Amino acid sequence: MQLRCCGASGCRSAGAEALRTALLSARDQLGGAAEAVSIKSVGCLRLCGRGPLVALDRPEPSGAEPACRTELYAELRPEQAADLLARATGRGDALAAQRLDSDHPFFALQKSVVLEGCGVVDPESIDDALSHGTYAQLRRVLLDVSPEQVREQVKRSGLRGRGGAGYPTGLKWDTVALQPPGPRYVVCNADEGDPGAFMDRSVLESDPHRLIEGLAIAAYAVGADQGFVYVRAEYPLAVERLRLALRQARSKGLLGAGIAGSGFHLRLEVRVGAGAYVCGEETALLASIQGQRGTPRPRPPFPAQAGLWGAPTLINNVETLASIPVILRQGGDWYAAIGTEGSKGTKVFALSGAVQRTGLVEVPMGTTLRTVVQTIGGGVPGGEGPDGGVKAVQTGGPSGGCIPAHLLDTPVDYESLRALGSMMGSGGLVVMGDSTSMPEVARHFMRFSVNESCGKCVPCRAGTVQLAQMLDRFVERRASLVDLERLEELCRMVGATSLCGLGQAAPNPVLSTLRYFRQEYQAACRDPVQCEPLDACLLKEGTR
Amino acid sequence: MSVHTLTVDGEEVAVPAGATLLDAVRAAGAELPTLCHLDGLTPVGACRLCLVELEGSGKLQPACATAAGEGMAVLTQTPQLQAYRRMAVELFFAEGTHVCAFCVANGNCELQDVAVAVGMDHSRFPYQYPQRRVDASHPHFAIDHHRCILCTRCVRVCDEIEGAHVWDVANRGRECTIITGLDEPWGEVQACTSCGKCVDACPTGAIFRKDDTTAEKQTHRERPQLLRDAREKHQWQNQ
Repeated sequence: MQLRCCGASGCRSAGAEALRTALLSARDQLGGAAEAVSIKSVGCLRLCGRGPLVALDRPEPSGAEPACRTELYAELRPEQAADLLARATGRGDALAAQRLDSDHPFFALQKSVVLEGCGVVDPESIDDALSHGTYAQLRRVLLDVSPEQVREQVKRSGLRGRGGAGYPTGLKWDTVALQPPGPRYVVCNADEGDPGAFMDRSVLESDPHRLIEGLAIAAYAVGADQGFVYVRAEYPLAVERLRLALRQARSKGLLGAGIAGSGFHLRLEVRVGAGAYVCGEETALLASIQGQRGTPRPRPPFPAQAGLWGAPTLINNVETLASIPVILRQGGDWYAAIGTEGSKGTKVFALSGAVQRTGLVEVPMGTTLRTVVQTIGGGVPGGEGPDGGVKAVQTGGPSGGCIPAHLLDTPVDYESLRALGSMMGSGGLVVMGDSTSMPEVARHFMRFSVNESCGKCVPCRAGTVQLAQMLDRFVERRASLVDLERLEELCRMVGATSLCGLGQAAPNPVLSTLRYFRQEYQAACRDPVQCEPLDACLLKEGTR
Repeated sequence: MSVHTLTVDGEEVAVPAGATLLDAVRAAGAELPTLCHLDGLTPVGACRLCLVELEGSGKLQPACATAAGEGMAVLTQTPQLQAYRRMAVELFFAEGTHVCAFCVANGNCELQDVAVAVGMDHSRFPYQYPQRRVDASHPHFAIDHHRCILCTRCVRVCDEIEGAHVWDVANRGRECTIITGLDEPWGEVQACTSCGKCVDACPTGAIFRKDDTTAEKQTHRERPQLLRDAREKHQWQNQ
């Protein structure tokens, strides 16, 4: 019998630590059969909105298939510890009401690849990680596989960068590997800053050894012997667990000199951010690692050519690197068989906002937004109608856009989302209900960009300020038609001329809401009669 | 020495390898407005005025910070680029407080020049009238932050040419400000050699000599390049 207690940030904030302590002391008090129940701290069990969550693994009577049955309990309180232990030892079922149905689409439609060990392994124990096969691929690769063959598998997998832009990972690795001889670096971008995004945090908090393994394999594949994991300071638990994991890996000889008896060396360090969103942009991130002001610089040269201290540098996102061990274990072709033509594999989404089931969702690429938001997420609480009360889904944070409910059947892949004026982004999905005002949403994100602009280039530094002020006029219903024109004009200018991705994408929330909810902007004009007829935007939709 | 051949607005031009697109544009005899760029200093690509379009790729690139490549077809004056440039200049004017009639740099101001070049006679964006500081603690020079456009030329010239690194940028976004020392009054920064290179490099009237009054600022914006050539190529002005 085993109780797996979620110890990631979501459940901790709901009282997971108190629950675990209560379970431990209840076990001591009860004694007897309860002594046999092991209580393990694990990472995210997915349904974050109903934490604290505990999974109970009960062995079935011998001979039965499967040999072990898992029950998941939600919203547990410390005083229920004894009841839970009683259930674990087969006495009583007082918590039936809090038991979650594991055949529910929220769980049944998920496919765990990146999150394979998430909620299974103890993130603070390397022995547990090793017993679940972590580092096996690193050892195998170092002893038997050449860097070229590793890159070949990654290319075959069709994996694309999960940070949002979707650059082919194998191609990036090749670019770094094929630079002239000299030092190289690998960097993991764990500066996850989009509002509503917590995929990378969950991986760091739940399965840090998988990330280290992926990063080490990447370093081997491109010939780097030093690397950094850049984590935002707002993730203290992730930083703590990652640092612990690195110490453990070093002490086991899985990092450092001559890893696993091979001739490969790798030094990995954690770098903690200082609160700047823009440091998730790769060139700003590199400047920050070097101890400089976190501001982006023009590309080219790309970091793959000239990155940290001028050396070729591979930068990949947490989710990208965490996919690598599975790809090498199962083969690139296995991974490529999941997903769509242009977007392979699975994607982890952080589902939040006006949705019944908030949490971490990993689904194959190409799953429709409707499946994710309505079937898995359950739509807006109390929402009615064919779209379950959903008005729009925001993807990609302040760089993305709002996808209206009538386009919910769009498959989730890089190209489809971009065609809708949004982007995959890192994977935050914020659901908005019918009562949401779109100009307000746009202003919210624009203010975010105003605050997070580094101030280096003028379109982003001054343009976002002007855009936010124009949006004020719409929110306060004192705009005019001229404002509408000027808003669109300035959005295009800021998008086309800003130096880095932050500024280039900052107008997206405005442009996408203008595209799908133009009538709300028109209705916010002082004199809406002057505006186009309210349904004009729907007619236009067909021609765009 | 290898050479790259490319076209600028249809005009063929050859530049040595390592040249920037801005070098190529100038070699072709075309005009391109710049503000943050200053010959002799590391380009930063921040003012976005020298953005050019590379035919075939929709993306705009800063000419000052992009290497010229063989066969590139550079467009510098598309209607779209002109519209964007004008808007960028409007944003510059709207975010600070620029009153030419009272400015020490009137008639010798690059911001004024680019406004003329892009045909900007007024800003369509509301003026922000920010509350900024004036620091006149230095015995010879002063800085009026209202006129600062954050081009960071002073930061770079002080760091790269003078080697004193008195200047830097503090804060973020619209709160960005140029600082001296560890955000101390300029006059108290012991690292300052009072060389005046920042005054010469400043494109506007933000950094000026206290002796100068309205429209009296004289600048020597060619000096960073002369100094760099002297240092790196051992070419002296009097040779």
